[in-house]
Amino acid sequence: MSDEVDHESVYGGLLDGEVSAQWAFGTDFADPLAGLDTTLPTDIDGSVLGTYCLMLADDALIMAQRLSEWCSRAPDLEEDVALANIALDLLGQARLLLARAAAADPGLVPILPTGSPVPPEDALAFFRGERQFRNVRLVEIENGDFGRTVVRLLLFATWRLAILQRLRASRDRVLSALAAKAVKEVTYHRDFAARWFLTLAQGTGESRRRVCDGLSATWPLLAELMDTHPVEREAASSGVGVDPAEVIDEVDAVLDEVFAASALGRPESAARVGVRGRRGRDGTHTEALSLLLAEMQVVARAHPLGRW
Amino acid sequence: MRVTVIAVERARAVAADVVDPEMPMLTLEDLGVLRAVSLDGDTVVVTITPTYSGCPALSAMRDDLVRRLRDAGWSDVRIVVVLEPAWSSDWISPRGRHLLVEHGLSAPGPAPRHEGPVPLTLLAPPRALSCPRCGSADAVLTSEFGSTACRALYRCRGCREPFEHVKEI
Repeated sequence: MSDEVDHESVYGGLLDGEVSAQWAFGTDFADPLAGLDTTLPTDIDGSVLGTYCLMLADDALIMAQRLSEWCSRAPDLEEDVALANIALDLLGQARLLLARAAAADPGLVPILPTGSPVPPEDALAFFRGERQFRNVRLVEIENGDFGRTVVRLLLFATWRLAILQRLRASRDRVLSALAAKAVKEVTYHRDFAARWFLTLAQGTGESRRRVCDGLSATWPLLAELMDTHPVEREAASSGVGVDPAEVIDEVDAVLDEVFAASALGRPESAARVGVRGRRGRDGTHTEALSLLLAEMQVVARAHPLGRW
Repeated sequence: MRVTVIAVERARAVAADVVDPEMPMLTLEDLGVLRAVSLDGDTVVVTITPTYSGCPALSAMRDDLVRRLRDAGWSDVRIVVVLEPAWSSDWISPRGRHLLVEHGLSAPGPAPRHEGPVPLTLLAPPRALSCPRCGSADAVLTSEFGSTACRALYRCRGCREPFEHVKEI
């Protein structure tokens, strides 16, 4: 390719020089952690760190997949683009977190046929079954309408931002670096969701009704984010993770601020129970996740030796 | 030693001249994405940092750097991606800011810094910006997310044209 960038045609440059590199962004599989210090901090159990990273990664990955379902069908072009951008940020976070999980505990990564070019983070995303996913159920339920999507994103981003702010002090250098970056991104996500929540709640009777319906559908799933899972407790006590119990007050305060501005009361619906005590963090999910994964994973699973 | 210094400077000049794939009016150096260029034996080591975690342009930047350095005679090039310290829009150079405006984009103001919890902003953040086309300060936010994650969309009430603002981060 010549030194000059061709501004006249979007296809300019595609046919010169090393063609393969110019076909699309993101088609190479360079290790996303190359350049980072991935040695385990002393006294850290790799399987605890790995599983903890999977939880944060799967939350982001599944939320990104749900948000990207809005591509080409959001209420207007600006929101279409905004939701896709938020999904992309979360996908980037998920990729780094999955790579970190694989480096911390290689035993988590599904075994693929010899010769498969699939990198560990993709193997985790595309070749695990539903029961190996550690995301909370909040992120996997269907989008519903735009109102429910906004409410879910508000609950999720509020919790995640509070966690990420504390995760900047993680003893794991990868998690601390990733958190410092992600805080900036999720700040925009939370503001986006909170402003739309307020706009819809204070809009028409219909838009307010939809926000209230969205809240009824998602609120019972918020508790799962707040309840400390044994893996989170271990990760927190060894200084690599954050105990979600620490963020309850902050999450409550932010949500109360949004509710107050929207003239809505805090919902009182009870937390949704799991199956024999098992919930998303334990690998027990709703049917919605299996359908989501079927769509997300089908191409990769059909071609485990495929090169793109 | 002297030869090495000159070689590093030459490599640095080549790397610094590579442009951002999504904002090609800016070089990677203008954008603050290029963090370091050094020599490890005969290998040129270029350190870059992504603007956003999911920035899809990163692999294009990597390919462009390798290709340009190879064209300039370095057969061994290693690209290292660092996450820390996290990229800030404050790192866009004065020249970069000038070029953004010249190409119809509004340049970012100072990035927010927080002590303690990040405050919620229920109202669109007041930004001291002006329309890159007509200079009017009377612009309204259309969306915090533009054609890439790093840009917000505005509409100028002076000339009535839309424009993009590179976000503070």
